[in-house]
Amino acid sequence: MLQIDLWKRVLIWLVCLTGLLLALPNGFYTRVEQSNDAAAEIIAKGDTPERQALVEQWPSYLPSSLVNLGLDLRGGAHLLAEVKVEDVYGARMDALWPEVRDALRPERTTVGSFRRQQAPEGQIRLKISKPEGMARALEVVRGLANPITSLTGAGASDIAVSGNGDIITIELSEVEKLASNDRTVRQSLEIVRRRIDEVGTREPTIQRQGADRILIQVPGIGSASELKAIIGTTAQLTFNPVVGRGSDPDASAGVGNKVIPAVDEPGAYYTVEAAPVVTGEELVDAQPAFDQNGSPAVNFRFNTSGARKFGDYTADNIGSPFAIVLDDEVISAPVIQAHIAGGSGIITGNFSLEESTQLAILLRAGALPAGLEFLEERTIGPELGQDSIDAGKIATIVAFVAVLVFMALSYGLFGLFANVALILNVALIFGFLSLIGATLTLPGIAGIVLTVGMAVDANVLIFERIREEIKSGRGPARAIDEGYSKALSAILDANITTFITAVILFAMGSGPVRGFAITLGLGIMTSVFTAIFVTRLMIVMWFERRRPKKIEV
Amino acid sequence: MRLRLVPQETSFDFFSKWKIWLGISALMMVVGMVSFGLQGLNFGIDFRGGTTVRTESTQAIDVGVYRDTIAPLGLGDVSITEVFDPTFEDDQHVAMIRIQAQANGEAIPGEVIEELQQALDVVSPGIKFVSVESVGPKVSGELVQTAILAVALAIGAVLVYIWLRFEWQFALGAVAALVHDVVLTIGIFSELQIKFDLAIIAALLTIVGYSLNDTVVVFDRVRENLRRYKKKDLAEVLNLSINETLSRTVMTSVTTLLALISLYVLGGDVIRGFVFAMIWGVIVGTYSSVFVASTILLWLGVKRDWSKQANTAGNQFGNIDA
Repeated sequence: MLQIDLWKRVLIWLVCLTGLLLALPNGFYTRVEQSNDAAAEIIAKGDTPERQALVEQWPSYLPSSLVNLGLDLRGGAHLLAEVKVEDVYGARMDALWPEVRDALRPERTTVGSFRRQQAPEGQIRLKISKPEGMARALEVVRGLANPITSLTGAGASDIAVSGNGDIITIELSEVEKLASNDRTVRQSLEIVRRRIDEVGTREPTIQRQGADRILIQVPGIGSASELKAIIGTTAQLTFNPVVGRGSDPDASAGVGNKVIPAVDEPGAYYTVEAAPVVTGEELVDAQPAFDQNGSPAVNFRFNTSGARKFGDYTADNIGSPFAIVLDDEVISAPVIQAHIAGGSGIITGNFSLEESTQLAILLRAGALPAGLEFLEERTIGPELGQDSIDAGKIATIVAFVAVLVFMALSYGLFGLFANVALILNVALIFGFLSLIGATLTLPGIAGIVLTVGMAVDANVLIFERIREEIKSGRGPARAIDEGYSKALSAILDANITTFITAVILFAMGSGPVRGFAITLGLGIMTSVFTAIFVTRLMIVMWFERRRPKKIEV
Repeated sequence: MRLRLVPQETSFDFFSKWKIWLGISALMMVVGMVSFGLQGLNFGIDFRGGTTVRTESTQAIDVGVYRDTIAPLGLGDVSITEVFDPTFEDDQHVAMIRIQAQANGEAIPGEVIEELQQALDVVSPGIKFVSVESVGPKVSGELVQTAILAVALAIGAVLVYIWLRFEWQFALGAVAALVHDVVLTIGIFSELQIKFDLAIIAALLTIVGYSLNDTVVVFDRVRENLRRYKKKDLAEVLNLSINETLSRTVMTSVTTLLALISLYVLGGDVIRGFVFAMIWGVIVGTYSSVFVASTILLWLGVKRDWSKQANTAGNQFGNIDA
């Protein structure tokens, strides 16, 4: 009865002490944050005395993890983007077309002449003049397919080819579309991450959400539009052969060609071959530079295969123009003067210095494989965040004091024990939040305040039970013991059910709501721990020392 | 001297007028549902799509002037409300501008926001947009589904848990109380037309959790007393159990309300709706665990054959020693 092994006592105090230590840095938020930032800068950019001084603001032997502040508290921008995965299908087909053409050419005797027809995006339609040769044509085209090696698509091939009368239709197979979608989203995610990293902001959150969405949260950035400017452009750079130039945007381009506007020449449109010679994917470097006239330009360099393709093309087409196309707009269309062998070149245009720098960043980070559609945009100003923090702080303190006073008045000494547990409880919540690097949001603060109110519940259950036991004539030790053991099932049932709802909230919620679920869930665990272990230990220690004949709860 | 909110020994009869209590609850639920049916909820942009801009300026706000300034921009349905809060400074004037969802599935473009800011800057120089939130209708539709699913899942999971730990009658009673709380909360949001957004869903689930917490504590005592007093009839046992746990029920509700009220008053206007939902939830949750959950239990009756496991009375988790 009322005995707790020494090792358990040590363990309980150790847990509390660890929690307090982990929570400690949050009490000196700005100082620790500066110290952490400086430490990161030293690793990234090298040591300076100023940085060293900042690092030393916080002793290195103490834990330095902080609770992350959510966007609603720190200010920043939040974007939810949908990747337009279908964009890729068209490009895949355009890339396939020359292969199809080359494969069918030797078969002219059986399939006759063939022409590419107008078709919906993501399809190639081919008309052959000898429908009787369809079987052979299909065989040849199907020969271009690659097998897919995935778990679900074993044995499937990447393209679906069908023939109807004299028309052959080629498109990506369903399995390949799924695989392609997944690849596209992953690439986009990676590129968005690289672009944001190039700008160098603190702790951006970039996550995939669902099948084709990307969630981007960047604290400290001025607005969602600013963030969109960094990641929103696809920056798809291609070098296309020029077929013609005109002023009619609706000019018929001819199959396999497209009409696109020129950036710097209003009213001018170029007809270019849709299949590019080289694309930005083969770039290894891009730097802002100046052309021979001293106006801003971008220097670029291809990798080996890109350099070879570019070299071959320029060697074969001296004297004809080619277009440098960025996101379906012609930046410039120089005439090839000579064979360009080294794989490097310069993009000139009417750039400002800022634009050329931005373009170089975009090209370096790589092109987004597909366009992004922004479904959700949120900007929260830092002032609002600070106001929320201040209000949250005051509210938490007042709530805390009110509950502490109320408990002390209601349960006397035992109330004080519960109060110590309550303080430990909040410290533990902060400690754990810091440890797992969780994000504190405004609803999260509400979760903590709610926990402050509800955390006493377990103790109240126990104390009320002890009162009942005393009333029914039991001695102090026996009453305390019975109080704890009889209250246990109610405590566990009540908290497990609440915990279930917190888990569901975490699983289904997003952003701030999730922050609330985390603090609520953690709060339930720590309050059960403090009630059934910490206050009990305190009461037992007090009891051992005093050995009261009579207790009042 | 101790502060006692509830006398040491109480013997209120909670069930003599159980028909009246159930009637009141049913009536309130009907009122809530009718209100919901007639005027619906004042959905925030999370659920309806659209854009909200929170502006802050040092000049006093004239909603009419704002409206006239915004009208030429052709943004469709725009509503403007001034926000008042005791935590604001004297020269801090805050307004919420809400713009309807635009035709395509996307969020509102940044240029439109800039245009809006420039227009407003003319009538209120130095106006700041402290937050701009825009949700495309495509996402908001999904958010509604997820929210409904979350609440349904929570109630379902709890039903199963209580069924496993108690008897099915207890589970039904608890769930009836939950549905009661959720309906009344949605009802009051509809009646007062308070903005209903994602955070309110979180509040709803918290209410579910809190109400259950309360119900389970009462039920736990009922289970224990059913084993102890085999001869007493159910109404008597229920009454006894509620009276025995009354002190605790009131204590916990009061501490929780103390915390929530301080948050309501001092926590700023951003989360006021959220906190309001929880305060309301704590009140109806406490009421429902006594007057709905237990009454339903009385009505359904409980199997009383506990004879075989009488010696583990009241504690299925066994003794956990600290």
